[in-house]
Amino acid sequence: MPRPRRRSDARATAAFLGALAVLAVLGILALQVGAYPVTPSELWAVLSGRAHGINATVIYAIRGPRILGAMLVGAALSSAGAAYQSLFRNPLVSPDILGVSSGAALGAVLGILLGLPVGAIEVASFAGGIAAMALVYGVAVAIRGHDPLMGSGVALVKFLADPENQLPAITFWLLGSLASFNRSDLMALAPPVAIGLVPLVLLRWRLDVMTLGDEEARALGVEVALLRLGIVASATLMTAAAVSVSGVVGWIGLVVPHLARLIVGPAFRRLLPLTAVLGAAFLLAVDTLARNAGGVEVPLGVLTAVLGTPVFLWLMAAARRVGS
Amino acid sequence: MSTRLSIAGLSFGYPGRTVGTDVTFALEAGEILCLLGPNGGGKTTLFRTILGLVPALAGTVAIDGADIVHWNARRRALAMGYVPQSGGGSFAFTVRDIVLMGRSAHRGTFAPPASEDYDAADAAMERLGILDRADRDWLRISGGERQLALIARALAQEPRVMILDEPTANLDFGNQVRVMEQVRGLARAGLAVLFSTHHPEQAFAAASRVAMLHQGRLARIGTPDEVITEDGMRLVYGIDVEVVAVAGIKVCLPLDWR
Repeated sequence: MPRPRRRSDARATAAFLGALAVLAVLGILALQVGAYPVTPSELWAVLSGRAHGINATVIYAIRGPRILGAMLVGAALSSAGAAYQSLFRNPLVSPDILGVSSGAALGAVLGILLGLPVGAIEVASFAGGIAAMALVYGVAVAIRGHDPLMGSGVALVKFLADPENQLPAITFWLLGSLASFNRSDLMALAPPVAIGLVPLVLLRWRLDVMTLGDEEARALGVEVALLRLGIVASATLMTAAAVSVSGVVGWIGLVVPHLARLIVGPAFRRLLPLTAVLGAAFLLAVDTLARNAGGVEVPLGVLTAVLGTPVFLWLMAAARRVGS
Repeated sequence: MSTRLSIAGLSFGYPGRTVGTDVTFALEAGEILCLLGPNGGGKTTLFRTILGLVPALAGTVAIDGADIVHWNARRRALAMGYVPQSGGGSFAFTVRDIVLMGRSAHRGTFAPPASEDYDAADAAMERLGILDRADRDWLRISGGERQLALIARALAQEPRVMILDEPTANLDFGNQVRVMEQVRGLARAGLAVLFSTHHPEQAFAAASRVAMLHQGRLARIGTPDEVITEDGMRLVYGIDVEVVAVAGIKVCLPLDWR
């Protein structure tokens, strides 16, 4: 017997398609604006394969990868945030609060300090993120705010860095940036994000049960420990991959899942798609702003904090009104 | 009648802190056993131990004669349903989503619910009279509706044994009566039912047998008439009562109230 479609499903589908449309429009706009503006007709010529000059280079080699990168980083951080929030039954956790971002940052900063090549820096960032999560997980201080250890590690590295060359790179990068993002970064980013996303999609029903807490979930027949390990590993992989190319971009993993949950509710099968698309749209908008507002690039972390804080306060107020 | 659940020599508690020892009883299909005992007396810990949520310190829990110590969470859930004192989490799921979670043990880790899972959830909600609440927000229904939904969730699980931890705690009088009526219905449907309460009249009204947990041991076990006596209530709760029959139903009247 086919299930009758329910109103909440229809609403979730509408929200998802709406968000997708917003993302598409943002993407087309972002391709046009920048230090070297491209008009809509020029863009069309490039995309339809009729133009090959400097416009094509700008679109395919510079702007296109960066736009896709912003989308992927935004989707990855938001999806990881949604998973952490369901798993830890706490709507106030996010990758940055759990210390994963800081851990990944510590790994990458150490890589910069040691003068490692880009690929090795990404590996170091991965390792840092996983190590931070393992630490947080192991010590079970998951929900108690920033992990002081990671913060002091980053501070120590700053102290050791060469102030002429390494320190500006490290500092700017710690605030989050896609300024140097290129095609090879995109190739490094996409696979781990995809690999991390698959378990979250597959475990969407189990993630709902996990929001009940360990005891209740186990009484319902769910193998909690194994499941938690798999979900944490997936979300951490996505976070570490994002941080390794973009630096620490805060707030997004906290705010976007909240916003999505207000629209479609907490059921992960509806929450995850909307969170991913909204996260992609949010970071694309922020990154486009970052490379167009002002003479120099504004760090992403600064913008997401400036935009994220009021949005978050508004969300908290809205959540209180609807009683969730 | 067959023995559904048998508990033998069970010691329970946590590493370094034994809460109860030597608990032995058996429960048959269609039977209701009511557990009485003071606050903090270990009723919940005993239930959690039977459910396998905390390991037993000694003794065995068997279902239909089989020791369940090595059963995994899924197999336990297919045999035993659990209605916690308060549950359902703090996210705004729909009532249907919460009840549907009772079907988790019936499907694979990666599998979405099948249409028979939706049917089982809806049937359970209908039976408990809350089907019209199915699309409501979990955080916006009343405590009584939540309790009924948690029973529906455990029922959708299709277990053979149902364990309810103070199912009427925090409920108003009307909802207490409604929930107890559903508890009786579970036994009529053939489930072995184990529940705890602080209201001896619920034991008189619903239970076929009553057990009293006192200082970590089953001090008394037997029919309500045998166990809920002036003597038994003084032992376990430390108060003097008179057991009186009103319109054929027994109640405990504290002597201090007179």
